[in-house]
Amino acid sequence: MTSFLQIQAIEKRWGDGVTVGPITLDIARGEILALLGPSGSGKTTMLRLLAGFETADGGRIVVANEDVTAVPPARRRFGMVFQHYALFPHLDVGENVAFGLPRSGGAHRDAKVIAALGLVDLAGFERRKVHELSGGQQQRVALARALAPEPRVLLLDEPLSNLDPALRERTRRELRQVIKRAGGGITTVFVTHEQEEAFDLGDRIAVINAGHLEQTGTAGELYERPANLFVATFVGRANVFRGRSARALGSSGDGVVVVRPERLRFSGAGLPGVVRERRYTGAAAFYSVEGDDGERFEVLAEPDAANVGDRVYVEATRLIALAANGGRA
Amino acid sequence: MSHRRWITELAAAALVLLLVWLVLYPIFVVVGDAADKTALHEFFTRPGEWAVLWASIWISLVSVVLAAAIGIPLAFLFEWFDFPGRKTLGALIALPVVLPPLVGVIAFLFLYGESGFIARAVQVVFHLEQAPWRLQGAGAILLVHAYSMYVYFYLFTRAGLAKLDVSMLEAAQALGADARATLWRVIVPLLRPSLIGAAMLTFMTALGSFSAPYIFGGGFRVMTTQIVATKLNGDLPLAMVETVALALVAVVGLLILRGTEGDDILVALGKGIAPRPRPIRRASVRFLAAAAGWGLAVVLLLPHLTLGLVSLVPYGAWTTEILPPVINFENYRRLFSEAERLRPMLNSLWMAAVSTAVAVALALVGGWLVVRRRVALRRVIEGLLALPWALPGTVFAIALAITFSVRAPLQLRLVLVGTAVILPLAYLVRALPLTGRGILASYRQLDPALEEAAASLGAGRWRTLTRVTLPQLRPGLAAGASLAFVAALGDIVASIVLYTYDTRPVSIEILSSLRLSETGVAAAFGVVLMLVSAVVLGVGTRR
Repeated sequence: MTSFLQIQAIEKRWGDGVTVGPITLDIARGEILALLGPSGSGKTTMLRLLAGFETADGGRIVVANEDVTAVPPARRRFGMVFQHYALFPHLDVGENVAFGLPRSGGAHRDAKVIAALGLVDLAGFERRKVHELSGGQQQRVALARALAPEPRVLLLDEPLSNLDPALRERTRRELRQVIKRAGGGITTVFVTHEQEEAFDLGDRIAVINAGHLEQTGTAGELYERPANLFVATFVGRANVFRGRSARALGSSGDGVVVVRPERLRFSGAGLPGVVRERRYTGAAAFYSVEGDDGERFEVLAEPDAANVGDRVYVEATRLIALAANGGRA
Repeated sequence: MSHRRWITELAAAALVLLLVWLVLYPIFVVVGDAADKTALHEFFTRPGEWAVLWASIWISLVSVVLAAAIGIPLAFLFEWFDFPGRKTLGALIALPVVLPPLVGVIAFLFLYGESGFIARAVQVVFHLEQAPWRLQGAGAILLVHAYSMYVYFYLFTRAGLAKLDVSMLEAAQALGADARATLWRVIVPLLRPSLIGAAMLTFMTALGSFSAPYIFGGGFRVMTTQIVATKLNGDLPLAMVETVALALVAVVGLLILRGTEGDDILVALGKGIAPRPRPIRRASVRFLAAAAGWGLAVVLLLPHLTLGLVSLVPYGAWTTEILPPVINFENYRRLFSEAERLRPMLNSLWMAAVSTAVAVALALVGGWLVVRRRVALRRVIEGLLALPWALPGTVFAIALAITFSVRAPLQLRLVLVGTAVILPLAYLVRALPLTGRGILASYRQLDPALEEAAASLGAGRWRTLTRVTLPQLRPGLAAGASLAFVAALGDIVASIVLYTYDTRPVSIEILSSLRLSETGVAAAFGVVLMLVSAVVLGVGTRR
């Protein structure tokens, strides 16, 4: 895999002692990379460094073997979709999309606007006013505007956070299709704090916490083989066991054990506890169990597997063993 | 600090130095020069000086009370009740604010003055030997002030009422408050910032008012006219002491009003919907409200209609008749065909245009440094841009006249008085708060992501500025610029102190026409000034 976009030990030091990086990441041509992390983790700073709105205090950004670290945003040829879209309110939809196209284009330019709007399923919206559009339509105009100049890299800042939840899920899939279709798959980096969004949209996910890269991998890798306790608990639901409880579930070492709720099941032996609460999700139910040492954990099982108040034993079908300090065992 | 940051901070420092030189330094020079023992002694021992200072203060305070008494009820009437003609009238009665004060004053003179339209009519009807009254003294000044300054209270109160959340009034009613309690315990406290804003504006305008006391004062002097008279008498040291005294009153007045403003935040939580105007049900009451509204509009517009009429009467044609016997466009023809009369018009236009353009440019640079770059000196820049608003125009006129009549390059003092530069410079100082406020407010509302979006789409600095930043700043920029232009166009305060014959502006020409009893020409100048102002403001403040 040759990397098209290389982030090499990039670093940003803010005045108040907060530092983001150094972070190193390689992104393949046509790949969609999600930067996933809690708010304040530095993921937006990373995106703004890539776009050129912030200047790095160390490291390099390389695109197609060209060092763009010191190239101003206007000459980077990176497209960006902003969190609140940043559509120009004094221009109509067509003028917004045409903004990044060469001004001498003429008919060619119009054709590109039409193509870009067609790509996001907004054909015929050229003369509409921006404020007349719904949130979802505005988001698609922002995407069309960023894609129209055929950027080398597409950057998206929390692209779905301004949509209502029902629309968000559908838009996620459409967004991925558009990105994969545009110019035969455009190299994309997007920022999100939602694990589901990162899993759905990203080919690969980079988990960032407190300015550091915790782990990079596919959704399956992050979920099944988290590098440390932060990734294990931030990505997906996780029960954390230590000491006696961990050993009761079959752990051999002194480290921490992480078990996903669906990897626990009620059984005749194992870790004892009492069912305190049951929440239906429909096909299954989450059981909140209180262990004998007072720890709480969740089991995902059939809706009729147990009742509140039952004394149960729980065993694990798959353990994720981590070192005592939370690192990989 | 990065290289770029250094350059930005350096640019900010340069802007601060320029503004200090323009705005602050002349005031320091005056304060320094005013510390002259004999002049101070003269000021403190002459009873006349104290009387004049006191006159300025009480005239300003009474103006605030009168303006509030007219403006606030009008605002409630137009914001809360619906009757035929509400919208048109609502806009019409805000008109006096857009007119240059001098135009309003001479319009008043032609209507209510002792040889004015009404006095003449009364004289003829009752066969009087002499004019029935003389429009002079404190009463006349207050009349003009109340007439032109109620608009501040009217506009501020209407804006405050429009922001009221109807659910807040409903909440008060649900909690058992009757109409009276709702008014005093909910509406008035929420309107307080608007009312204090209007009071400040009225106080400052009245304190700095020059045309009304100059034309109607007669023997009654306020500080602004006193300063100009003292300077004309050649007693510069005393004029400076008077200037400092006036400046001190302005600053103290502002501080007291700011103190009553409090620091509690009166921002409505959530987006409020203003109460809809209530239609008046009973036909008779509706008729009364409409009649009162239209009657009021006529009273308010009458001076300007009179001005228009007088401008059509040729020199010497109208003597004792109620209505003028001859009407034609002779005065306008003379205005535009005689080079000596066209000159002041062109002078005013170019000087206002240049000072406005420079004020806009400085405010743009200031706005960028303050809001976008958040430079270390941002508070200083903002303060310097706003400062000229806090002091009466006469103070700046005298300060500039003193500072720039001495050649001392080491003290950064040049001889500009007597050149074509000094008036545009004076207008520029007065324009800075207007353009500064408009542009800074717009800059603050401008989402920085828009400029970043332009950059990410490949737009360079120039293209981002012209295609994204300026169009987005347009409302604030155009409003500020048009206010600045109109203020400069109609200025008399600075002009009367600083003009030379070659650069005499319209206001000075109006005064000299009046002195020569060429009322028709003076009125024609007034009408032209009024029309240009109205057009510029109409275009500039269009949303």
